[in-house]
Amino acid sequence: MNIERHEIEKLATLSRIAINEETINQVSQRLSSVLELVDQLQAVDTSGVDAMSHPLQANQRLREDEVSEINQREAFQGIAPDTEDGLFLVPKVIE
Amino acid sequence: MSNWDTVIGLEVHVQLATKTKIFSGASTAFGAEPNTQACAIDLAMPGTLPVLNKQAVHYAVMFGLAIDAEIGKESAFERKNYFYPDLPKGYQTTQLEKPIVGRGQVEIQLADGSKKNIRIHHAHLEEDAGKSLHDGNFRHGVSGIDLNRAGTPLIEIVSEPDMTSAEEAVAFAKKLHSIVTSIGICDGEMSQGSMRFDVNVSVKPRGSDTLGTRTETKNLNSFKFMEEAIAKEVERQIDLIEDGGSVIQETRLYNGDTKTARSMRSKEEANDYRYFPCPDLLPVIVSDETIEQLRRSMPELPDARQARFVEQYGLSEYDAGILGSDAPMAAYFETVTDQSGNAKLAANWTMGELAGRLNNEDISIGKSPVSAEQLAGMIARIADNSISGKMAKQVFEAMWAGEGSADEIIEARGLKQVSDSGALEQIVADVLAANQAMVDDYINTDEAKRKKKLGGFMGQIMKASKGQANPQQVNQILLQKLNELL
Repeated sequence: MNIERHEIEKLATLSRIAINEETINQVSQRLSSVLELVDQLQAVDTSGVDAMSHPLQANQRLREDEVSEINQREAFQGIAPDTEDGLFLVPKVIE
Repeated sequence: MSNWDTVIGLEVHVQLATKTKIFSGASTAFGAEPNTQACAIDLAMPGTLPVLNKQAVHYAVMFGLAIDAEIGKESAFERKNYFYPDLPKGYQTTQLEKPIVGRGQVEIQLADGSKKNIRIHHAHLEEDAGKSLHDGNFRHGVSGIDLNRAGTPLIEIVSEPDMTSAEEAVAFAKKLHSIVTSIGICDGEMSQGSMRFDVNVSVKPRGSDTLGTRTETKNLNSFKFMEEAIAKEVERQIDLIEDGGSVIQETRLYNGDTKTARSMRSKEEANDYRYFPCPDLLPVIVSDETIEQLRRSMPELPDARQARFVEQYGLSEYDAGILGSDAPMAAYFETVTDQSGNAKLAANWTMGELAGRLNNEDISIGKSPVSAEQLAGMIARIADNSISGKMAKQVFEAMWAGEGSADEIIEARGLKQVSDSGALEQIVADVLAANQAMVDDYINTDEAKRKKKLGGFMGQIMKASKGQANPQQVNQILLQKLNELL
């Protein structure tokens, strides 16, 4: 199964990944080989097998609703690129 | 009569009233300094893992029980991938294939008294995003991000497109508000964003079976804005089609201040979220025992409470509908009734003077300056004729201003109503003696028109008694004395 060029471009846009002309064919081939593997798996008869949302045979543990975290803003903002008045600053996201 | 049918479906985000986030132990308290309640998990620091909040799961199940829905005994979390600065992980952890609440329904009542069932498609658990601030005092070209809200537990309730007017949509939204506040899973504070509505609207030729293209207006946080936004959008779509154009599927934003909407993005651009099961979270199992335990501990639902108010207190359907739909107001009314022993007066004062005043000053009933105990004390004095309704308004004002209990105010202001018939007879006799001209006029007036003349005497008598005479008694005495002169 081959992935079309425009599909790669769309995926790259959605994933915010820059793919240049040189690598686009390479990425396409690699992703196609992943899909081929999926095709092979599709050949297995899974009728009668329930779909799983997780490969582990375990269930989610639940946490009591008690505050356990303290304010560490200073530490977190110390490693942020840009902050002001306690806010993280980012390039403006709306016009 | 319009040639068009309107079709409306709602997606409602309800913030759950947990103490902590859905996947971390950071506080969810409203109003904290920016980013002081955003921990490593909320900030998506490498190496952190989510641990699910039990209370959030229980609240979601309680909602399912309230709308008579199937409960997802095994539900799962998925990742919804998109990039936005207020979503540090680059995905929202949510539910898609296996939500915790399945199909259910909500009954709404319209202004004309008719009832209608709105089907719920499902409700799922998810995390809220942070807040982007675009208008701060920062330098040009940047936005500020506050992640205190990131990770706050939500349920998103998705309705079927069963509503056909803004009125129905608002009635549905109000009913959901009433349900989630009554069962205590949400504080219902709309102004703090505790409930937010996304409205899907389309129009089709009257009677047609084919749905039109819909638009989604996002993030409406008041019933009023929702009503306005729907009315505008329906009008816009009909105008567009009647002018030969067509509606495109898009996301829109409504601005309640300017009362205008604008397109945010067309659906094709962004609607590719590449959902997949979240590898960090295992399937969530809710046992039958837990469900039964929650079912047994469910608080009273609004419909049951309204029926009980009619039955137990003899309220009208209308009064019970207003008092019973709002959980804090219902509790307030019941306290006033219990302590004053007068349900009718308790209902009138709670819905009338109190609710009006709270509404005007935008105060929630939980923070009312006049406590239920104070109001009950005042009602007891109305009921035993110590004060008139007019005096009660003065007492209410004084209680609102913090001047103490009804009895203290009545005492301090000398507001006691005079009901002693000997004293009243004396006042009436004095007023009649001092106003011979009015008395002659009364006697000379046709019997049919005499009634109109009574007001003048009443005014003089109330003035003479400094407003303290019991009006019903005065009326009787006055009539009796005048009739004796005829």
